[in-house]
Amino acid sequence: MVAYIVRRLLLLIPMAVGMVVVTFGLLLLIPGDPASVLLGQEASPEAISNLRNALGLNDPWYIRLGTYFAHLLQGDMGRSIFQNQAVSEIIAGRLGATIELAVVALVLACLIGITLGVIAATRQGSLVDTVSMVFAQLGVSMPVYWLGLLLMLLFAVTLGWLPAIGRGTPFPEAVWAALTGRPQVLLDSFAHILLPALALAANSAAIISRLVRTAMLEVLREDFVRTAYAKGLRRQRVIIRHAFRNALLPVLSVVGLRFGALLGGAVLTETIFAWPGLGQLTITAISQRDLPLIQGIVLTFAIIFALVNLVVDLLYAAVDPRIRLG
Amino acid sequence: MQDRVLEKTMEPALAVSDLNVEILGENGAFPVVSEMSLSVRPGETVCIVGESGCGKSMTALSLLRLLPDSARIASGSIRIHGEDFLAMGGRQVEDFRGDKIAMIFQEPLTALNPVLTIGEQIAESVRQHRKLGKREAFARAVKCLELVQMPDPARRARQYPHELSGGMRQRAMIALALACEPKIIIADEPTTALDVTVQAQILGLISDLQKRLGTAQVLITHDLGVVAEIADRVIVMYAGRRVEECSVYELFDNPIHPYTIGLMGAVPRAASHDGEAQTAPERLTDIPGTVPPLWDLPKGCAFAPRCPRASARCLEERPPFIEKTPGHFAACWEHDNVR
Repeated sequence: MVAYIVRRLLLLIPMAVGMVVVTFGLLLLIPGDPASVLLGQEASPEAISNLRNALGLNDPWYIRLGTYFAHLLQGDMGRSIFQNQAVSEIIAGRLGATIELAVVALVLACLIGITLGVIAATRQGSLVDTVSMVFAQLGVSMPVYWLGLLLMLLFAVTLGWLPAIGRGTPFPEAVWAALTGRPQVLLDSFAHILLPALALAANSAAIISRLVRTAMLEVLREDFVRTAYAKGLRRQRVIIRHAFRNALLPVLSVVGLRFGALLGGAVLTETIFAWPGLGQLTITAISQRDLPLIQGIVLTFAIIFALVNLVVDLLYAAVDPRIRLG
Repeated sequence: MQDRVLEKTMEPALAVSDLNVEILGENGAFPVVSEMSLSVRPGETVCIVGESGCGKSMTALSLLRLLPDSARIASGSIRIHGEDFLAMGGRQVEDFRGDKIAMIFQEPLTALNPVLTIGEQIAESVRQHRKLGKREAFARAVKCLELVQMPDPARRARQYPHELSGGMRQRAMIALALACEPKIIIADEPTTALDVTVQAQILGLISDLQKRLGTAQVLITHDLGVVAEIADRVIVMYAGRRVEECSVYELFDNPIHPYTIGLMGAVPRAASHDGEAQTAPERLTDIPGTVPPLWDLPKGCAFAPRCPRASARCLEERPPFIEKTPGHFAACWEHDNVR
């Protein structure tokens, strides 16, 4: 088991290398140039060319790539062209906000999705089933930015129940504050994260609910569910302990994949809700062609995603005793 | 001997009367079990024999009210220790299942939950019906595994179904059924999915346990060898109905219904060796034709189209299931002409 984890962690290295190369290649191919953006439209071609030399942008691609790797090995992801700060510092400053949003969205998506899916499956063909599946269809069809704006319009602007934009105190501090007698700080953090997390979660909740429904329907037909009823177990116990635990397996794989989608969706959600995370940063960086920053962000996301998948695989083995890792 | 006399005067543990089960098909409902009646006393084993599709599994599932959604009990009564099982509400049915009446299923690999250990699955039943704590229930589960002669029961109890062999899984299945010491056991082809050598062991185990615990047993099978081994009384089913019912001795010595006789002839018997010239083995007889689909049964006797003794009356009128000789029932117009 430990050997398996170590092996998977070591596999992160070639994955990271691949990511860097691919991103680098893509960035080389897109038009646009940070020097022009930095100096503005009025700048002379000489000025732009000088700046490009200074930034090392005129060096051949293999030198640029090699230099990047050399620095990366020392933990240096370069300097942002526009923010005049180490990329690693910039990312570290904003990573927490994105992770917070993605995790809360994932939890919401699972809670909503699993509940809806189980109810729909155990009351197959009923009104509840149909309504749940309609919700699921809506959730999948609505773009996250549109849903985000709708939620903001309803709950923040019209009803005034929740703040429209921004982030409250980061959760670790907020929880500490709550424990030391200031629960309003934690409530404020929740209030700020609720709308963006809901908007982000809707898509995943819809997908998860449909998947849970299908998986449950299949499992409920299995022989061992019949055996469980034959033992005289209460229906609720059969559904949760026998059926659901087996339906969980395909759902778990999807949840891991959805986390990647959530990280991506965060980009749009953060922009709408002015959430100070990496997503917002990514859009800015891309429009400015801030190459080192873009590469740093992509690499970070890739590593997070790989780690999440490792956790999912471990959970899978924990839930299903038939799976042997390694 | 004395026990058997006593048993005969006892109330039947399980009494089924005129049970009709139907399946809701595309073109409406059609019967899969018609006018099934049976009674089983404590310590007695009744075997239901028949081919695939004759309704024996549906009968078994009805006895625990475990029919799939597409099927339902249309009419009839099932009395467990004198109580009307079909009239009971959900909670009471759950209380009865596993505690008063239990089932052993055919394929233990799919009938056991793959993500729970054997011990947990047995303990669950005990905790539900006997309100024991976790540890006590697990200890009881290990005891049940000992009872079914599971090798190394304490270790096996902590294993998952896929880690056990077929024979051990079936033992676990039996332990599961017996966990709360039900007085009635329904076994649906308990040895069909097993290797031949293991079959004999499991049958021996079932037989043994019954003698020790005095359970009333209904055993579903298609294998006459199993019937010979373990049955006290036999019911032969064809196309959803009883065609013959008698003691196991009567079945093999004096079968009445042509279908039963056909089944006997289809059982392979080893050639006899008498030291000198071997008598050539007899040809297996086969019954020509196939079982009719239950949604499209012929008028009259369902077996008539395939029956060597069928008369015009057989094709028109369904024969009643009546007592032909004491204790021996059959549904046949032509039984006098059979032998």
